[in-house]
Amino acid sequence: MTVLGAPLVNLNQHWLSTLLGIVALTLVMTFAVMFATYYERKVIARIQQRLGPMRTGPYGIMQAFADTFKLVAKEDLRPATADPVAFELAVFAIFIPAFLALIAIPYTQDWIVSPLPLSLLYLLAVSGLSFIGFLMAGWGSDSKYALLGGMRAAAQLISYEIPLILAAIGVVMITRTVDLSAIVVFQHKVPLIVWQPLGFLIFLTASIAELERQPFDIPTGESEVAGGVFIEYSGIRWSMFQLTSYVNMYVFSLLGALVFLGGWEWPFGRDVGWGYQLLLTLAKMSIFIVFYLWVRASLPRLRVDQLMSYAWKVLIPFALVQIFLNGLVLVYDLPDVALLITSGAGAAALVFFIYRSVRVKPRRPLEMVANGVAARSVV
Amino acid sequence: MTQIFFDLMAAIVILGALGVVLVRSTVYAALFLIASLMGVAGIYVLLSTEFLALVQVLIYGGAVTVLLLFALMLTKVRDLRERAPEPPQLAGAVAASLALLAGFMTMVYKTTWPRNVGQITPISFNQIGTALFNRWAVPFEIASGVLLVALVGAIVIAMQEEGER
Repeated sequence: MTVLGAPLVNLNQHWLSTLLGIVALTLVMTFAVMFATYYERKVIARIQQRLGPMRTGPYGIMQAFADTFKLVAKEDLRPATADPVAFELAVFAIFIPAFLALIAIPYTQDWIVSPLPLSLLYLLAVSGLSFIGFLMAGWGSDSKYALLGGMRAAAQLISYEIPLILAAIGVVMITRTVDLSAIVVFQHKVPLIVWQPLGFLIFLTASIAELERQPFDIPTGESEVAGGVFIEYSGIRWSMFQLTSYVNMYVFSLLGALVFLGGWEWPFGRDVGWGYQLLLTLAKMSIFIVFYLWVRASLPRLRVDQLMSYAWKVLIPFALVQIFLNGLVLVYDLPDVALLITSGAGAAALVFFIYRSVRVKPRRPLEMVANGVAARSVV
Repeated sequence: MTQIFFDLMAAIVILGALGVVLVRSTVYAALFLIASLMGVAGIYVLLSTEFLALVQVLIYGGAVTVLLLFALMLTKVRDLRERAPEPPQLAGAVAASLALLAGFMTMVYKTTWPRNVGQITPISFNQIGTALFNRWAVPFEIASGVLLVALVGAIVIAMQEEGER
């Protein structure tokens, strides 16, 4: 197996190549996250007609490095009444699952640290473990806000994991495999977003909630729980939490790019060489990241009860509808277009449902009401 | 290599299980339980049933323990104090645990274990699916029906009616 495309060193020993791959990925991801913080600040600033960081280096490109050094140099505080073990270990309980997810992702046809036959299931299972760390941090901090934030985080994570997995099941039903590489190869003509628009919408929404990004940042909302589980953390531990949340953003963006947008396979086929394959994967990943940032800059935060009822009363039923429709198409062996039609109709229904529930009800102007009343009283 | 991993996983399972019973803090006990369940997932991997391992992580590591932790953290469960249990309770507990131990030991010794452990025939993901949804479809459906009833029952119990509070 080759770790980085070309066999630089003949790595016959599987565990050694895996170890090297993990180390390389961790280093690359750390720098990628530093870039992502800069990128996020710039994009959001542009959306809000600001310039964003401009002072540190040309166009502020050194801002991320400055922030990192500041955070690492800060004192690592622990409240006197906090539970030492849970407080200190919570960081790792969140950090490790996020990085574990990276090893099963095929970045190009050959760039995968450990090719697992069940990689999609593995990714979903591993990323679902992070709630333990949130609960440990919330409980261990011995702070009301942190505990509330931890509870909200855990409730949100396990609720939105269900539509995420159900959307993945819809994809698995069509591709008949749980291997991410095989799912990508399946899309060599048409990406799955065409066959599964409803599943794609559900995946997109649920992934924002899993990432705890706006508008689903209820566990960490400053105005409600004052930063949630992060309230008592500082310095290196706080920055590890931030690092993890950005790594998770990369993981879910890559997952969406591979599962729904065709990864490195679509539209050029797999014979373009690993350079173009990697570019293609990263470009599709960037679409997701820009979308997450755009949503963050555009939408207000939901309330916690809205969040829960949205998962259980809207997303999960629609995800089940998607699975049912796929089942119908597969059992009766209908042509592929049937998938597009049924799932597209479901997606349209979902969008209409959301639109109907969030739109502002048109209010009759006061004078019209007054005139109406006046006219009626005259009659 | 496999031996080392098995020893590691077995140690995690046993130490986690000991931690659950011996630690005084209830939240720590729940965390030890998670570690123990993860160790079981590791043993599933060694038995080359990756699907079971992932489901173990997803369901036991991800969903069952969260309920436990929620209950422990939201209710004011005091940490258990050091005190000797009452004599009748102690006798009952010893009898029950000894009976359980005897049951497990007879099961372990009565079973004729396969000699050649080196040969595990891996069961593929597709085979599990086919067995579950074709051959054993009726038990599967019955189990899902029971779970559905339990779910609805839990909602009915937890639901507050109008004016009740």
